[in-house]
Amino acid sequence: MQNAADHSGEVEFVIFTSGGQSFSLDIRHVREIRGQSAVTPLPHAPEEVLGVTNLRGAVIPVFDLARCFALGVTADSERNVIVIAMNGTQTIGLLVQSVSEIVSFPRADIQDAPDMLGGSAQSHISGLVPLQEGMSRVIDLPSLIQRRMPVPA
Amino acid sequence: MSIMVLAIDDSRTIRSMVRQALAAAGFSCELAEDGVEGVRRFEELRPDVVITDINMPHMDGFGVIEAIRKDVANRRIPILVLTTETATEFKTRARDAGATGWIGKPFDDQALVQVIRRVTGAS
Amino acid sequence: MASNESFRNLFFEEAEDLLASLSDDLVRLNAGTSDNEIVHSIFRAVHSIKGSAGAFALDELVGFAHRYETVLDEVRSDRLELTPDLFRVVQRSADHLAVLVEAARTEQCTDRVVTDAALAALDACLGSNAADTAASSTEESDAPEQAPILDAPLFDFPALSLDIGDLMSASPQSYDICFRPHPALYENSHEPAFLISHLAELGTLEAEVDLSALPHWSAPEIVQPALSWNLRLATEAGREAIEEVFEFVDGLCDLTIDAKDDDMPEQNTQDGAASMSMADTTTALLDAAPPLLQADIDMTEAAAASKMPDAPRPTLRVDLDRIERLFNAVGELIINQSMIAQRVDDLQLTHDADMTVHVESYRLLARDIQEAVMAIRAQPVKPLFQRMSRIVREAADGTDKQAQLVMIGEGTEVDKTVIERLADPLTHMIRNSVDHGLETPEMRSANGKDPVGTIWLSAAHRSGSVVITIRDDGAGLDRDKVLGVAVKKGLVPADADLSETEIDNLIFLPGFSTASATSLLSGRGVGLDVVRTAVQSLGGRVNIVSRPGKGTEFTIALPLTLAVLDGMLISVGNISMLVPISAVLETIRPMAGEVQPVGPNEQLLSIRGRFVPVIDLAANLGIARAIDADAPMLLLLVETEARGTCALLVDRVHDQRQVVIKGLESNYGHVPGVSAATVLGDGQIALILDPDAIVEQTHGAGQRAVSPT
Repeated sequence: MQNAADHSGEVEFVIFTSGGQSFSLDIRHVREIRGQSAVTPLPHAPEEVLGVTNLRGAVIPVFDLARCFALGVTADSERNVIVIAMNGTQTIGLLVQSVSEIVSFPRADIQDAPDMLGGSAQSHISGLVPLQEGMSRVIDLPSLIQRRMPVPA
Repeated sequence: MSIMVLAIDDSRTIRSMVRQALAAAGFSCELAEDGVEGVRRFEELRPDVVITDINMPHMDGFGVIEAIRKDVANRRIPILVLTTETATEFKTRARDAGATGWIGKPFDDQALVQVIRRVTGAS
Repeated sequence: MASNESFRNLFFEEAEDLLASLSDDLVRLNAGTSDNEIVHSIFRAVHSIKGSAGAFALDELVGFAHRYETVLDEVRSDRLELTPDLFRVVQRSADHLAVLVEAARTEQCTDRVVTDAALAALDACLGSNAADTAASSTEESDAPEQAPILDAPLFDFPALSLDIGDLMSASPQSYDICFRPHPALYENSHEPAFLISHLAELGTLEAEVDLSALPHWSAPEIVQPALSWNLRLATEAGREAIEEVFEFVDGLCDLTIDAKDDDMPEQNTQDGAASMSMADTTTALLDAAPPLLQADIDMTEAAAASKMPDAPRPTLRVDLDRIERLFNAVGELIINQSMIAQRVDDLQLTHDADMTVHVESYRLLARDIQEAVMAIRAQPVKPLFQRMSRIVREAADGTDKQAQLVMIGEGTEVDKTVIERLADPLTHMIRNSVDHGLETPEMRSANGKDPVGTIWLSAAHRSGSVVITIRDDGAGLDRDKVLGVAVKKGLVPADADLSETEIDNLIFLPGFSTASATSLLSGRGVGLDVVRTAVQSLGGRVNIVSRPGKGTEFTIALPLTLAVLDGMLISVGNISMLVPISAVLETIRPMAGEVQPVGPNEQLLSIRGRFVPVIDLAANLGIARAIDADAPMLLLLVETEARGTCALLVDRVHDQRQVVIKGLESNYGHVPGVSAATVLGDGQIALILDPDAIVEQTHGAGQRAVSPT
């Protein structure tokens, strides 16, 4: 996303809230947004992996985004949604509290995440985009998912 | 109207390669898998040029040439032999059977197209 | 070029088919139904591989195929008799050809020494015949440059050169060219006009038609064979370039090319071809007669062949991705159908019998479609079996044994993936049969057996699965020795009281290897345990039956497809899961006292005088149980390969059903104890358990606490 060679043009982000904070994901990663559906837990999975759900016949894992960033557990709510995202050929779901909007930013407006961020924030946030009421954290999807996938058998 | 070429070869690989070479040169290309099908397709399509392999099941390339040349009306349709055979003896035999020309396998796309242009007078 | 790769793939796909048909033909020849058409067919397969391989610069393959083809050509032309020895060479050459194709496909180096040996074997067949043939073929040809067929370098046939630059000689030169077409030139659909205009591209051309009747050489309708042209060409291209223009009409016209500035008009007699009289042409035509007759015969034979029962059926090649898509869609249809059925059932529309009938027809229709789609992926095991006959020959050679393979039911169809994944275990078992199963020819003779051992490889469908057996007529297992080895290696206690079947099955244990001296073949560090693991990963089982002195039979039972599974739906906590029916023995509600704790963490079930370990699925999978620990236990007795019979503690057992298997790997990864997932009628996902993995896991971690939480 932070392509230094190309600061021209605009990038569209889906903005959503998780663990009380604003996150954004490059819209090219986002396939669709769905209401929360039944999730089957997976044995021996990390706690942020809620389990698997049925997306039109495909079995996809669902992650609690808040737990990925150590922001606690996303409580059950009617408003919760699952952001279906594509990472390469992988399809995954991210459980978030709500999706607010889709915003377009000039590429130049995307700022690098400050080095001072620690822990999961440092490794899974690739940048920051300004919003009227603050800012939103741009999720580095490959990094977010990679650590949580089991080693292929 | 683009030139229509009927290519007869029992090898899928060769057929695909011929088709691609010809399509790239702007020819339209029809395919047949053996001699018998080749002659049938010939009657159906009345192509401008025929390219045929020699060693094929059911009817070999000589059989194809013979069957096509049998009808005087087909004498103006060039028939090219696509073959790995390299002996002069073989070329003589192909020519005597009525082949207009020949192309060696493995073939070069450009050479293939060039030979077709040569026997059809196409530019 | 991007498409090169796809042509390459196409080539290897085709080569695979050709090798299969080659192998088929060899079997037919072997079976004594030898007729020339089979040899022709073998020749064509080899020739076709050679022809296409040339396009990919697979020189070793092309070179070998060429020599092989030469021998086959001698055979099909009756110049070489197909003796048993020659047949052997032909067969081995087919094997080697397959090896070369495979090496080319995987881009691996081949052992040049092996190829040289194979080439030498082919040359040896030609032997003295080679000289005769070479001589005769030279005689037939009036072209001195033609090398004897056998030594002809490959593709000396010059690919038509386009680079005019190559053809240019230093300085411009004028040539007087006299061109007089024969009638045959027109019959071969040559146009003098095209030739002349092509010539004109080489330089400056003056043309003159020597009959005043014709106004201009470029007139399109030239049908009079009497016409001739006197041409003067000034060109920097040499004589060869001019000759090349006339290459195709060589022998179909009178042609003289004279270099104008030469002192003497030089008649081109270089290869005797540039100038050829009408009489020569006539002779050539007469010569051509026998081949044309031959073509007629070929046609008749072809017509006869097409009536033969084993003529190939028409097939359609479809991209695997498309089939996968169809497959997935059908999976959805099945799930959707069960959802609707369940919903309708819930509505209890007893008064609306019509609806029930429709739902039932929908169900049947959906199953029909599913079966039809599965049949698309089904392929006969024949190519796989054919590969095994090669393995038998190789293995026999490597161990100085004599063996023949008899295939039964090779038309049996199995899912493509199953076939692919069966190749390695089957290869291993076949090698094992030759290596360890069959005795040496001397021993066999001494025991009154045919010195040539037989291995039967058969495939058949049996109640929803495919059963493959590998049977040999060898010595059978030496049970004392097997038991001895197992005890020595600590696989069984010395005082173990084992049945014959149990002893036989010891050879599947990891770490077991009977070969006292590792032979060339089986000394690859793989035991039959690997075979068992591979078969199990396909959802199958392998068994052995041995009769001393008579032979050994391995039986592999496999599911027909990896796409659907028959499972038992159970639940633990509020989570539904499936246990493959192939592993389930029975469900048990143990009476009080039948389950006893052993140590702090383990429980054993006493059943019919045996004790089997109880595995708490909830604890194993980290799931909270829904049922009170004091409630009566429900156990699912499963058969595992590694630990024998085990009892899985579950909360509920629902029903038995067929489900569509959905992989977890593509979007997530491997989950311990879980082989895959499926979508249930209500759209929920249920995990498919792998009892073996669960047992291993429990065992590996030490028995976990049967925790009541």
